[in-house]
Amino acid sequence: MPTVSVKRDLLFQALGRNYTDEEFDELCFEFGLELDEITSEKEIISKEQGNEKAEGASDVVLYKIDVPANRYDLLCLEGLVRGLKVFKERIKPPVYKRVMPNGEIQKLIITEETAKIRPFAVAAVLRNIKFTKDRYDSFIELQEKLHQNICRKRALVAIGTHDLDTLSGPFTYTAKRPSDIKFKPLNKTKEYTACELMNIYKTDNHLKHYLHIIENKPLYPVIYDSNGVILSMPPIINGNHSKITVNTKNVFIECTGTDFTKAKIVLDVIVTMFSEYCENQFTVEAAEVVFPNGKSYTFPELAYRKEIVRADLINKKVGIRETPENIAKLLTRMYLKSEVIGDGNQIEIEIPPTRADVIHACDIVEDAAIAYGYNNIQMMLPKTYTIANQFPLNKLTELLRHDMAAAGFTEALTFALCSQEDIADKLGLDISATKAVHISNPKTAEFQVARTTLLPGLLKTIAANRKMPLPLKLFEISDIVVKDSSRDVGARNYRHLCAVYYNKNPGFEIIHGLLDRIMQLLNVPPGEKKGGYVIKASEGPAFFPGRCAEIFARGQSIGKLGVLHPDVITKFELTMPCSSLEINIEPFL
Amino acid sequence: QLEAADGGLDSAELAAKLGVDHQVVVGAVKSLQALGEVIEAELRSTKRWELTAEGEEIAQEGSHEARVFHSIPQEGLAQSELMRLPSGKVGFSKAMSNKWIRVDKSAADGPRVFRVVDTVDDEVQRRLQLVQGGQAEKLGEKERSELKKRKLLTEVTLKTYWVSKGNAFSTSISKQETELSPEMISSGSWRDRPFKPYNFLAHGVLPDGGHLHPLLKVRTQFRQIFLEMGFTEMPTDNFIESSFWNFDALFQPQQHPARDQHDTFFLRDPAEALQLPMDYVHRVKRTHSHGGYGSQGYKYTWKLEEARKNLLRTHTTSASARALYRLAQKKPFAPAKYFSIDRVFRNETLDATHLAEFHQIEGVVADHGLTLGHLMGVLREFFTKLGITQLRFKPAYNPYTEPSMEVFSYHQGLKKWVEVGNSGLFRPEMLLPMGLPENVSVIAWGLSLERPTMIKYGINNIRELVGHKVNLQMVYDSPLCRLDAEPGPPRTQGAA
Repeated sequence: MPTVSVKRDLLFQALGRNYTDEEFDELCFEFGLELDEITSEKEIISKEQGNEKAEGASDVVLYKIDVPANRYDLLCLEGLVRGLKVFKERIKPPVYKRVMPNGEIQKLIITEETAKIRPFAVAAVLRNIKFTKDRYDSFIELQEKLHQNICRKRALVAIGTHDLDTLSGPFTYTAKRPSDIKFKPLNKTKEYTACELMNIYKTDNHLKHYLHIIENKPLYPVIYDSNGVILSMPPIINGNHSKITVNTKNVFIECTGTDFTKAKIVLDVIVTMFSEYCENQFTVEAAEVVFPNGKSYTFPELAYRKEIVRADLINKKVGIRETPENIAKLLTRMYLKSEVIGDGNQIEIEIPPTRADVIHACDIVEDAAIAYGYNNIQMMLPKTYTIANQFPLNKLTELLRHDMAAAGFTEALTFALCSQEDIADKLGLDISATKAVHISNPKTAEFQVARTTLLPGLLKTIAANRKMPLPLKLFEISDIVVKDSSRDVGARNYRHLCAVYYNKNPGFEIIHGLLDRIMQLLNVPPGEKKGGYVIKASEGPAFFPGRCAEIFARGQSIGKLGVLHPDVITKFELTMPCSSLEINIEPFL
Repeated sequence: QLEAADGGLDSAELAAKLGVDHQVVVGAVKSLQALGEVIEAELRSTKRWELTAEGEEIAQEGSHEARVFHSIPQEGLAQSELMRLPSGKVGFSKAMSNKWIRVDKSAADGPRVFRVVDTVDDEVQRRLQLVQGGQAEKLGEKERSELKKRKLLTEVTLKTYWVSKGNAFSTSISKQETELSPEMISSGSWRDRPFKPYNFLAHGVLPDGGHLHPLLKVRTQFRQIFLEMGFTEMPTDNFIESSFWNFDALFQPQQHPARDQHDTFFLRDPAEALQLPMDYVHRVKRTHSHGGYGSQGYKYTWKLEEARKNLLRTHTTSASARALYRLAQKKPFAPAKYFSIDRVFRNETLDATHLAEFHQIEGVVADHGLTLGHLMGVLREFFTKLGITQLRFKPAYNPYTEPSMEVFSYHQGLKKWVEVGNSGLFRPEMLLPMGLPENVSVIAWGLSLERPTMIKYGINNIRELVGHKVNLQMVYDSPLCRLDAEPGPPRTQGAA
């Protein structure tokens, strides 16, 4: 969930009233926001870098507010204030207009070289905007929030904003060899080639995260003006030439990306939020984008979409009984201008360009419910009668667990993920013999594979509890995972039961006795006839030679028991003899 | 052993009289006491001075200084030779400070010691003899403490009993029985025998049985609650899932951050799902990329290879999606209530409350005409069974539910509202491609099993609860899990 940090006093000033922290927290809760933290720049720096560094930092109170991940329109102070004011019916939702310029329209021409790397671009102009320090900071911060969220760390969309008065259109969006791109990037004093820049930014804590997006491509995306001035090399860095400042009057905004829909949304969000400060409030000057196929589009779209939803559907989904008029009012408070039409049960809802999150009637239903107040909804219970059933495998597991504890064994709960070493090397096996599934992106060796046996987990549990009095008797009934091409995903779980006995003597007879008891509980008689069980001398690298037996029940092999090999004991950092038992319990369902 | 004296008698005096060690008498007194009211014994303590072993020696043979004095002949003695005497070192310096002897350092063969006086009065010996004779009180406080400093005297506290006849005084006593025996029962002798009383302050012997794991005890209770509420358990025994069932089927777009390598464990082998229900896959693809079922869709290029990618399921909602898909294939539609509690996996940064795997609890109800009010009603019943009655609901965003609500409960200890679960109505874009009827709504909620368990058992570090680093003593000692009963005081055992 994105967190937006706003100055409290600025927020209250814009909202037109003061709140106590509790009142504002309450308002957030109602609206679906969360007042996460009340802090200041000074406090943040002091927490992260110590009191000394915080000396002299601002102690203006900051509210950190958690915003739902799909509400891009609430990612800045301007949007939050507008949303809350409409919610509290203090203002009517503004109408955003795209206007044609008096003179020539700004043009951005996309060349076909971009097709393989970053094919889409959209653009717009904010004309006669009046920044202040706070507004300017908010403008930069919104771009950063959008980059981190909807833009997926600039992979899907990257934003460039420029002082239009320093440039001259038409603009060209193309892709060139890195060595052919040379410019003075933002906040640098000299020119570098793209290759040099990629090297420089490897150590830049902010920019290094975006390099991978284009790093290994033969051509890098780049935008020029008609004089060959580089506006930006998306998605990495803008040029210093067209850098915007607090004094910038006219802003040219370009968004390039691999996801056309998201690029359009991002552009809409930026211009709807900041056209508030334009001379003609909430109007945005159009820009034309010409695609390689010659087709030309005008942006921003600022599309208003109409949806018609029946009032009774909203009532039925929420569980309320409101008149269509009331529901229209509720929706209007959520920035969705609505009115009752037709037979008096239909509500026509206008979805503004700021509400890209509304893609289905269910989104409208939710907004009606939020405006009504979740906590005002009458609770009720579904009337349908249903009979409950347990999943048979879990039912058997539950029954066995209790009797294992009654037999004197204590239950362990170990991880399903582990290292290759745990399930192979330490048990004297080759990893290829385990049929284990392998994880492609583990952060540490602890998460290389899913376990194929419960034994390593139990042995590690003993190793972590060597201070406990002996004997240690542990068991676990849980799932292991192996590859299985007969399953849709190519792997399956098996429910295993594993038990270990750890003492000064191996205690094979105790583990053997436990097996006898388990078979008794499962009503499996001893002997090979009539689906009974037997154990037969066997071998296994994990077991001491001559001290291992395979367990057969109901005509199939279900596992092994025996005294563990001293090498296994040592590899798990244990010192005492140990016997173990591990079976698959699924044949007993 | 014990003579009945009229007023009573002192155990130490008795011992002296009987000529036995005092401890023997004390033992006898204690065992008579244990018989009940045969005697009454009052503990008295007296202080007394006694000679130390060295003190005894001096009382007998004289003080070190006196012994040194006597060992020096008229013609004197070489100092080196004197020092070799048993009392040499101590006695020399004391005799010097008493001015009984002198040293002539100019003597021919080294320093020589001579007597200064003819006779000496060995005060130390005399005083010690007084103490030995039981007349310590004749010495002054100062003299006693000087002797004590020289470790010749010690003060001992003597505990004695003042013994007198008890209510049930008898000169013929029988030994107390410790335990009832089969013979006593058959002979009836238990009727006449006195029994030794139990010490009810001592701890009992803990039973030898095994123990269930606390987290799984809580799991059992949650299963019980769902079963009480009529919910059927879904199969969840498939840790490996395809991206399709884990994300795409839930209308979670392919560029969603949760599908990032940083959040999800993907598989290298088997890297891809072998089979997908292709008809359904096409409906899902269309809904994502173009919309439909009343939706605008996400308008992006949906890729099958992305959906085929295998992973360790990030939530049990993938199992709910499979269950709902199966439900949708049954005609006519029959309402259903489902639940599951099982492991899920996240490729997350680990800390005191986050592990790469945890258990998710999930409840699902599919029925005609379910509302948000129904969701809240079911949640109220569910949480009431957990002992949580103060609930409040906050609007929230989940990719696959709309409306969505986070469930908060008022935490008495923290004095604030804390999130206890997440819930919502599944999106039509998820349900309709499965083939569920349009007027069927599905409400669902989820929470983790670990969090309520950590609160319940007062555990701060999740590693002490889950995984091999568990503290087995904590497992041995953990109480029953009674979710609706008042929580006990926080346990501190975990730190051990």
